[in-house]
Formats: sequence, structure tokens, C-alpha cells
Amino acid sequence: MRDYAATGAPPESLSVGNSSDVVMARQLVRTLAQRTGLSLVHQTKLVTAASELGRNMLIHGGGGIVRAATVDDAGRTGVYVEFEDRGPGIADIELALTDGWTSGDGMGLGLSGARRLVDEFGIESGPDGTTVRIVKWGR
Amino acid sequence: MTDRVPILRIGDVLLVSIQVELEDQMVMDLQDDLSQRIVDTGARGVVIDISGLDVVDSFVGRMLATNAAISRMLGAETIVVGMRPAVAMTLVELGLSLKGVRTALNLERGLKLLRRLAAGPADRA
Ligand SMILES: Nc1ncnc2c1ncn2[C@@H]1O[C@H](COP(=O)(O)OP(=O)(O)OP(=O)(O)O)[C@@H](O)[C@H]1O
Ligand SMILES: [Mg+2]
Repeated sequence: MRDYAATGAPPESLSVGNSSDVVMARQLVRTLAQRTGLSLVHQTKLVTAASELGRNMLIHGGGGIVRAATVDDAGRTGVYVEFEDRGPGIADIELALTDGWTSGDGMGLGLSGARRLVDEFGIESGPDGTTVRIVKWGR
Repeated sequence: MTDRVPILRIGDVLLVSIQVELEDQMVMDLQDDLSQRIVDTGARGVVIDISGLDVVDSFVGRMLATNAAISRMLGAETIVVGMRPAVAMTLVELGLSLKGVRTALNLERGLKLLRRLAAGPADRA
């Protein structure tokens, strides 16, 4: 995945420490998706993915920071969103990305489902935390 | 924080119309409130109108499925109505098929479906 954080417009950021912040993060991504001109279906998929990743960041990562920006690449425009936490990390990323796998009492669909809903998906995780980056492109 | 989703009673049907952006706590409160109201009122049906929701993620999706299961055990059928097309497409891709949740296009059809269910044998669709 390209380093969109370095190339795009300066991101809007929001710190997520409780569940109402997850709602705010959703709104931030929704506003950006609308401004970027994503279709309604693309907006819905992106905001849903952001909701899953924002909640993961809160529940599994103890909270963190969401950054979102409009990005351009080869004539297309999209929305880039990054979720960074300083939680315990994900020991086995492949496993975590398996449909139905959860370490808690969730459905284990958040991470794998979010990946399906976007066009680009990158994840880095270690003992110092987890960063998930996604991009949804417009047409 | 303490916002709650209102539950209206119309005859023996409870109507839940979700008009605001849902926070996780509201979702959990709704689950508690709804099962209590079913018991208190003896309602036979529940209609959950989600036409106001532009996003349904796995948390809300799970609430809809759990609600349907709990309500059924308490003797009430649940119909989810008003799902937006983009939400339906997203849920399928997310991997949430909402098995066990009855849906109808809109409120009117949902109420009709409830009436039909009430008239027919209890164990068939
Ligand atoms: N930011 C994170 N930090 C640490 N672990 C994480 C993080 N995100 C996901 N995980 C791990 O990956 C698993 C799978 O995540 P996923 O979102 O798919 O499922 P879930 O959150 O358990 O359930 P749900 O279906 O309700 O989202 C989690 O159970 C958790 O162990
Ligand atoms: Mg999750």
C-alpha cells in the first residue's frame, strides 16, 4: 500500500477514547466521503468499515487516533483513513483476519469484513500497537 | 450518553423507529428495554424501522439478530423494516446475512407480515 499519509492533503484527525468518539469518527469519515464525491454505496461501505475499525481500536486497542484525508492517484480520488492505537497488538494477523475469529465475544467479522468493504487495506501490528490503513476510491 | 431509543406501542405491536445515529450504549439499552416492554405489554410483534440508519455495522447487526431471537422466545415476532439498499449491500459484503431476522421493505408491509404471521400456525413463515 502506498504511503498515502505522506502524499495526501493534511489529514483531519480525531482521538477515540470512548464509544461516542466512534460515532464522531464515523461522522468525520462520512463527511469526507461526501465531500470527495464517493457514490452512496461506496460511502456506506467506507463508513461501515471505519465503524468496525474504530470500535476495534477502542475495544481491543484501548483507544487511539483516527486520521482521514482525501487522496489522489492517477486521476482518481478517494478517501484514506488510518486507525492508530498503542494497544497490545495483534499476535496473529492472519488469524485475526479470518471470518468469525474473535478473541472476545464479538462475531469476528469486523476486521475481515472491513477489508472486503474497501479497496486498499494495510495493517501493521506489534507489541506497541496496531495501525490499520484503508482507502476507498471513487470512480 | 443517556439517550434511549423510544419504543411506541400500537395495539399488540411495539414499534421502534431509529432516527438518530446509534452509539453502542444505546444499542445495548434498546435490547434491554425492548425485552422488558415485550414482557410488560404482552406484545406479539415488534417492528424495528431502520430507514433512518445510513450505516449498520456488525454491532448493530448483531443487536438486530439477538433482538429477534430474544423476542421470539418471549412470544413476539420481530420484523426489521426500511433497510436502505446501500446498507443491505454493505451487510452482505461484511458477512452479516442476518439469518433469522425477518425483514420487510417498509413499515406497512412489515405490519401486514406480522398480521399474516399472527393468523397462521405459530411455527411457520
Ligand atoms: N486494534 C486492535 N488491537 C488489538 N487486537 C485487535 C485489534 N483489532 C482487532 N484485534 C483482534 O482481532 C480480532 C478480530 O477482530 P474483529 O473485528 O474481526 O472481531 P471482534 O472485534 O472480536 O468482533 P466483531 O465482529 O464484533 O468486530 C479481535 O477479536 C482482536 O483479538
Ligand atoms: Mg471488531
